[in-house]
Amino acid sequence: MDALLAPVAELLGPAWLPIWTLVKIVVIVLPLLLCVAYLTYAERKIIGWMQVRIGPNRVGYFGLLQPIADAVKLMFKEIIIPSGANKGLFLLGPVLAIAPALAAWAVFPFTDKLVLANVNAGLLYIMAITSMGVYGVVIAGWASNSKYAFLGAMRSSAQIVSYEIAMGFALVGVLMASQSLNLIDIVKGQEGGFWHWYFLPLFPLFLVYLISGVAETNRSPFDVAEGESEIVAGFHVEYSGMAFAVFFLAEYANMILIAGLTSIMFLGGWLSPVPFLPDGFFWIAAKISFVLFLFLWFRATFPRYRYDQIMRLGWKVFIPVTLVWILVVGAAMQTPYGYLFH
Amino acid sequence: MADIRNYTINFGPQHPAAHGVLRLVLELDGEVIERADPHIGLLHRGTEKLAEHKTFLQCVPYMDRLDYMSMMQNEHAYCMAIEKLLQLPVPERAQYIRVMFDEITRILNHLLWLGTHALDVGAMTVFLYAFREREDLMDVYEAVTGARVHAAYYRPGGVYRDLPDAMPQYSAQHTRNAATMASMNANRQGSVLDFIDDFTQRFPGYVDDYETLLTDNRIWKQRTVGIGVLDPDRAKALGCTGPMLRGSGIVWDLRKMQPYSAYEHMDFEIPVGRTGDCYDRYLVRMEEMRQSNRIIKQCVDWLRKHPGPVITDNHKVAPPSREGMRTNMEELIHHFKLFTEGMHVPEGEAYAAVEHSKGEFGVYLVSDGANKPYRLKLRAPGFSHLAAMDELSRGHMIADAVAIIGTLDIVFGDIDR
Repeated sequence: MDALLAPVAELLGPAWLPIWTLVKIVVIVLPLLLCVAYLTYAERKIIGWMQVRIGPNRVGYFGLLQPIADAVKLMFKEIIIPSGANKGLFLLGPVLAIAPALAAWAVFPFTDKLVLANVNAGLLYIMAITSMGVYGVVIAGWASNSKYAFLGAMRSSAQIVSYEIAMGFALVGVLMASQSLNLIDIVKGQEGGFWHWYFLPLFPLFLVYLISGVAETNRSPFDVAEGESEIVAGFHVEYSGMAFAVFFLAEYANMILIAGLTSIMFLGGWLSPVPFLPDGFFWIAAKISFVLFLFLWFRATFPRYRYDQIMRLGWKVFIPVTLVWILVVGAAMQTPYGYLFH
Repeated sequence: MADIRNYTINFGPQHPAAHGVLRLVLELDGEVIERADPHIGLLHRGTEKLAEHKTFLQCVPYMDRLDYMSMMQNEHAYCMAIEKLLQLPVPERAQYIRVMFDEITRILNHLLWLGTHALDVGAMTVFLYAFREREDLMDVYEAVTGARVHAAYYRPGGVYRDLPDAMPQYSAQHTRNAATMASMNANRQGSVLDFIDDFTQRFPGYVDDYETLLTDNRIWKQRTVGIGVLDPDRAKALGCTGPMLRGSGIVWDLRKMQPYSAYEHMDFEIPVGRTGDCYDRYLVRMEEMRQSNRIIKQCVDWLRKHPGPVITDNHKVAPPSREGMRTNMEELIHHFKLFTEGMHVPEGEAYAAVEHSKGEFGVYLVSDGANKPYRLKLRAPGFSHLAAMDELSRGHMIADAVAIIGTLDIVFGDIDR
């Protein structure tokens, strides 16, 4: 591949690097958006089956073209900007929501070779980028100049602030176990079969991370920022057409991202569960799908938390649990049994 | 310095949790409700006034449209008021059919309540499960009356017709193969009674399913336990009836306290709550569904063994048979008079109340001896329940207001009339 590209690189000279990077970005983002589209389809089908319904089955075979039809519909709808809204901020909101959701994929390793940027502080980058997403929600809620949207924005900011901490602490555990911030190294630290994956020694942190991930993406049962039956649609109540669709894309892209990060941090990324099977992209795809299935399953099963109960869960349960387990891991590492946590 | 003002939001009339057209003006301190001010009247259709211009028989379908979730029970109260003034005996079979359909209606209502309440609290699967069962019961409605919701089945003096011997079947579609068709129609081969019987066998299992999803769910309990507590004295003072009152621990059920129709022959229990919070009201209604199922089963068994007339043979009130009209002049005249002029109800006033799914539904009827009601006053249970909204929701959060509205089980058809 490199030998093939070398003459092209020579021809373009200094312009080669940005162009080649751009090509790689497109190669990541386009399939990602396609995955987002078909995640909505999967959600509707799976929840449909759980609820003794059929789900979309009209557009294309088995409704397979439904996401395309939805996208086309949303693109042709008018983006209504409320007269009391701050136009600039109103349009900035969706952009700020989707940009981090896509940017985080820059350091995401699909296999040990397949990564756009192999950054040493990849974990830090991910933490920094994913916490940006909330600004989109907050700005959208505030700029709409609507009481319902404002309540949604308030809830969302409070919620994300508290869960960001629990998530951060959960990742500190991973960091201690792998002794690296590089995502590829983190996965390589889990080599040797599924009993080496971090979800076993760091089980409480795994649960906290998974649940905080659901909360971070504003998914049921933590979807208070949208709170469909309470504050109608929360922060995006005033959005329509493509502006709304961008929020929608951001939510699903975030879900895939969180599922991907869970697979990398706790489920061994692209490693196969048993040593005699080869590692590869298939495994990370399977793990992401499994975590995404959990997201959908939660949505079909649980009632919604109340806003203050979410905060209580975050501050009084998750943060203490992570702190204690980090202490346990740290202490255990000083003993002869420390190898259990590596 | 800017002074701190409370935040006022308009909750409804177009809101997913407003259950119709409730407009609730909420005064909020952050997310905490300081005052809840329900506004009504957005679904006012003037039923009481309309009734003064229609014959007694023409008013029956209006009753369906009051609380449009417990259609036949409304008709029952209205017919009972007329029967009281006419001192008209109702055939026993009709009494049992009425009781059976009252209870089918109660299950229909409670299923809708359960689904929407759970949906409001965020559990959406129960909603679709509940609607699957509602579908069966609405098919029963359809088989008996031809209408799935607005039945107009009860008549002064009985019910419109006897239970049919066949259930409607699902028809073939290109998405259904023969095996699917056979399984869909498997329990529809016999009479309506067979179908209802089959339903009563299946239904307790369904209720178990709902309870698995909700009753012991921690999130569900966090959202409902201790929310909207109504203590027994206040419940009485506010005029609460039905599950709202029983949820607060007061044993009061018109079906037991002043049995009407065939309820005195029925074996069932009245579930009551302990604390009067949303969770207790939820439990009470869940148990009521099981009890209603028991009553339906008893009615089915009785109805199988006791054929007979289902409407009075007083042709001043009920139409004569078609066969009779073809051969008998007098019956033809009766038919003509009944459907043009209508029945005349003797002068006087009567109050009839039924234990409606939501509470005590009463009809106060004043007649001046004409063919129309002189005055018809409806006592809607939801009206008093909605009046408790402010008291129940003070100091709770917006999300709790939604849960409280859910357990009030309000429908605007009867509140606004």
